[in-house]
Amino acid sequence: MTLSRKLFASLSTVAIASTITACGGSDSSTNFDDSVTVGILHSLSGTMAISESTLVDTEKMAIEEINKSGGVTVDGKSYQIKYIVEDGASDWPTFAEKSKKLIDQDKVPVVFGGWTSASRKAMLPVYESKDAFLYYPIQYEAQECSNNIFYTGATPNQQSEPATEFMYKRSPAAGKPFALVGSDYVFPRTSNTITKEQVKSLGGKVVYEDYLPLGNTEVAPIISKIKRALPDGGTIINTLNGDQNVAFFKQIQDAGITPSNGYYVMSYSIAEEEISTIGPEFLEGHYGAWNYMMSIDTPASKKFAKNFKKRWGSDRVVADPQESAYNMVYLWKKAVEKAGTFEDNAVRKALVGITFDAPQGPVTVMPNHHLSQTVRIGEITSDGNFKILEETDGPVLPQAWNQFEPSSKGYACDWTNPRKGERYKL
Amino acid sequence: MELILESLFNSVAIGSVLLVAALGLAIVFGLMGVINLAHGELMMVGAYSTYVTQLIFKLPILKPFYDIYVLIAIIIAFIVSGTVGILLERTVIRRLYGSPLETLLATWGVSLILQQFVRSVPLAYATGCVITIFISLLFSTVIPQNLLQGNRRKLIKTGALGTSAAAGVLTASALASLVSKLSRASSRNVDVTAPPWMRGGVDVLGMTFPKTRLLIIVITIISVVAVSIFLNKSVWGVRIRAVTQNRDMSECLGISTESVDVITFGIGSGLAGVAGVAVSLLGSVGPNVGGNYIVGCFMVVVLGGVGNLLGTVIASFSIGLMTDLIGAGRLLTIWPNMPQPLASTVDFFSTTSMARVMIFALIVGFLQYRPAGLFPQKGRMVES
Amino acid sequence: MNNSRILKRRLSLILWVVIIAALVSAPAILPVFRLNLLGRYLSLAIVALGVDLIWGFTGLLSLGQGIFFALGGYCAAMYLQLNSAGEFPNRIPEFFGLYGVKQLPFFWEPFHSPFFTLIAIWLIPAVIAALLGFLVFRNRIKGVYFSILTQAALLVFFNLFNGQQKLINGTNGLKTDVTFLFGQLVGSESVQRWLFWITALLVILAWSFSSWIVRGRFGNVLIGIRDDESRIRFTGYNPTLFKTIIFAIAGGLAGISGALYTVQSGIVSPQFMTVPFSIEMVIWVAVGGRGTLIGAILGAVVINYAKSLVSEALPASWMFIQGGLFILVVTALPQGVLGWIQGNGPRNLLSRLGISRYTATYPKLDIDQSQEIEL
Repeated sequence: MTLSRKLFASLSTVAIASTITACGGSDSSTNFDDSVTVGILHSLSGTMAISESTLVDTEKMAIEEINKSGGVTVDGKSYQIKYIVEDGASDWPTFAEKSKKLIDQDKVPVVFGGWTSASRKAMLPVYESKDAFLYYPIQYEAQECSNNIFYTGATPNQQSEPATEFMYKRSPAAGKPFALVGSDYVFPRTSNTITKEQVKSLGGKVVYEDYLPLGNTEVAPIISKIKRALPDGGTIINTLNGDQNVAFFKQIQDAGITPSNGYYVMSYSIAEEEISTIGPEFLEGHYGAWNYMMSIDTPASKKFAKNFKKRWGSDRVVADPQESAYNMVYLWKKAVEKAGTFEDNAVRKALVGITFDAPQGPVTVMPNHHLSQTVRIGEITSDGNFKILEETDGPVLPQAWNQFEPSSKGYACDWTNPRKGERYKL
Repeated sequence: MELILESLFNSVAIGSVLLVAALGLAIVFGLMGVINLAHGELMMVGAYSTYVTQLIFKLPILKPFYDIYVLIAIIIAFIVSGTVGILLERTVIRRLYGSPLETLLATWGVSLILQQFVRSVPLAYATGCVITIFISLLFSTVIPQNLLQGNRRKLIKTGALGTSAAAGVLTASALASLVSKLSRASSRNVDVTAPPWMRGGVDVLGMTFPKTRLLIIVITIISVVAVSIFLNKSVWGVRIRAVTQNRDMSECLGISTESVDVITFGIGSGLAGVAGVAVSLLGSVGPNVGGNYIVGCFMVVVLGGVGNLLGTVIASFSIGLMTDLIGAGRLLTIWPNMPQPLASTVDFFSTTSMARVMIFALIVGFLQYRPAGLFPQKGRMVES
Repeated sequence: MNNSRILKRRLSLILWVVIIAALVSAPAILPVFRLNLLGRYLSLAIVALGVDLIWGFTGLLSLGQGIFFALGGYCAAMYLQLNSAGEFPNRIPEFFGLYGVKQLPFFWEPFHSPFFTLIAIWLIPAVIAALLGFLVFRNRIKGVYFSILTQAALLVFFNLFNGQQKLINGTNGLKTDVTFLFGQLVGSESVQRWLFWITALLVILAWSFSSWIVRGRFGNVLIGIRDDESRIRFTGYNPTLFKTIIFAIAGGLAGISGALYTVQSGIVSPQFMTVPFSIEMVIWVAVGGRGTLIGAILGAVVINYAKSLVSEALPASWMFIQGGLFILVVTALPQGVLGWIQGNGPRNLLSRLGISRYTATYPKLDIDQSQEIEL
């Protein structure tokens, strides 16, 4: 009896201690009328920690910036933003579990979180069944449009479609066949389905497609298959995940699959952060497509990069996913202030139409809960940056439902009109 | 012809990575009966020591020697992983001889701790820790026993410990101040870059052979030859084999089984470090780098037959060959007009993920036919 | 000897009273989120019981229980997905649309039936376990070789499920939160509350079933296999048969556990078949006390609860704690916490600290290990 009582007592002490420490957040400076606690949910452990921890850093920075400039003002009262960081542990069910915790236990008005599509798909039912709100910052495959998720990353027509078109029409490999290589999970598979349809409609050919299981870095069979499929060079569309990219780029260079031999890789998951990890010497001359690139020569972009380096260290870099994460915190603040309340439905309504001067240029929230964004295509240079080759004239409107893929062609999403909703025929 | 050559090279390339990774495990598992699930993490330690060596050789003083840093890294990785291995043997595994299942669980715990250690501790301090351990281990073997008597004993022991701790602290602070990348903890993967002369490929008969792959093949050959000479020709090799065959009898004959255990485990761990160097040349270095290989290594050892070096070699190359044959869909290239149901089956398995499934299934199937692997151990000991 | 027996009986009685009291009062005290967690950890207790049966009693350390756990989960999720697929195009689950699949794969068909599903949840894992076990045990592969092979099998299944987007939705797994059961949303509070009660009931049923197994002659043979397999063989028993049966039973338990876990966590995915998760199952049993069924239950629940609390507070430290637990349990507490308490551990500790006087025990108690297994 005594033992179990002790056990329970110690467990509850742990519980109390953990809630105290978990509610840390930023320092409580003066002059706020009240405070509001938001949730941050990314992987801090496991394979995805490498990428997702940079988002946590950026979100913290955005929150600190907002607090420094007076916090969020709602109904004439100023609120300091505090945050609870939860660890998704690179495990999709854990993302769902921690979401439930943030919503039910901590009662946060908003959660910023996720990276992989699998984690988003695992969280989605939680937010829909509890009618809560998730802000998701990564470029993704679309074919989804939830009333309870706000997507600040690019949709395929804001990243992969312009990139495919560029490779087929205007790159040095123009007119040559395509090979598609990706990690074995939902984003590469879906993105490549779209790319195949698009290449077909452009009149090109996809001669090879393969997927590497997550965690496997033996790329030798894939490389020999690429060489056989593309004997005279061509475009390789790369949707590999984090550390598999390192193995891939190191070994294709050794095998002679290089720009000088007529092979050009267009990657959808390689940003400045990844370039510095892989090493620019392996990536020089290959391409990337993003909405934000660190080399954008505007005051807003430079200020974003400078502040980040000042906050987290001079050797750190900023990249597109971080910019999306940064934007979403500000967009939430603006929406809350416009709505005059933290209440979900009002904020959701207020969100649509808000414009923010992001580091990439102005972005606007569209009725389908995605952002209109500028698309840029860059060539990787020896100093680890992108040389911007092309840039759209203005922001491109997001398409939640892809217009190349037959099953979703002709559909769109509009949450401002109750008769249209998630999926309606244009 | 070209096709066969390419296929052969790929098989050997894949097989040699497996072999160098499994070699240490084959020794530890085969000779000591210890299931070391932390073997992958010892590889990770080796990979990280390559990274640290690389950064040190980027310092201005050592810059002229940057071209050969990989070769030095091999030796350093062997020593570092060996040191960590010996520490592991002395603290945990020593208590668990004779109960393999318990060792398995304990080493899994060690692997978790090592993984989190490289995430949470800056590499400069980690290096300091390793140096402290290494020097104090060195002292404990170098100082003659007859010096350790009476009053001096405590003094000498404290002195040795103090010296090694001081050396560790000194290295750690020196590294932290000289190389800023080592002074912060980071869970991000790091990258080892081969020196310029080792990048790219060699063109032979109109085909490109990547130089890093060639280097790994060379490292593997040297390691295998060195291990077999050590085991068969050297005094300690004979002692190790004697203890493997009959521990009690060996002890009666005056062999210090304790030292044999330490040396065997140290060498096995050191070889894991060498494998870490090889792996770091192929991909990125992160806390999970070793975990990707561990199951494959065990399959090599089981398939080859425990305690048999030749079996391990053959098993690695056959797995390499199968990976290439199945994963690259070679059968379809060799025999293009294969009958339909068979062709689609081959095609179904010709992705890298499905090839893995197929290979594991084949190995389990093979063990049905020969439960003790390619080269089973002979003799009465087998049942126990 | 009698004295200590009575003591142990009393201890187990008290433990049961505490457990049942905790179960009954939990829904009233705990907030929804924690209750849901507790429900999930209770379902993990069932797989832990299976691990205890094969490892604690029979001496087979399986590192592949995740296979059977995930299979059970997939069976439940497939039924729920089909049950709520009416409104989607082609009347098949939504995710198929993403990959352009129009025809339901054949192996999904039987899962339209709830009765088939209820049987499949435990029968499919059990049959696969029996098959796998038979192939391995037939060749007298045992000890660590068995462990390594189960781990390899785990990887095979992981890759198989992970790579098959068009058949089973690959990495994403199958969601159950937004599906319907008897017209109710599975993720809703009322259904989850019901699931908690069902789980609690099934844990008790699984425990009674397991203790019935290990108490009889069958159980004695299992323990015999663990302690000296050759002797059992020479006595005329066929260890292969016994091992296959118990492995199948553990597989079936894992399947039930996986199904309950899936419907309470809202998703089943190949993540259930990763190597660390299956090894964690072993550590729950090891900490709780192998060879004591109640230890397996307590181990699963307490460790997982601690894990969720610790990882909320200090995400990085859980790996250290877990790693340390593995080493500590194996080196210092080989019989687990419960085994340590039963084996007079606390009194020995107290006497070593000089608080209590050391009392010599009758030597037979220390030698006769079979005393330890009952509880």
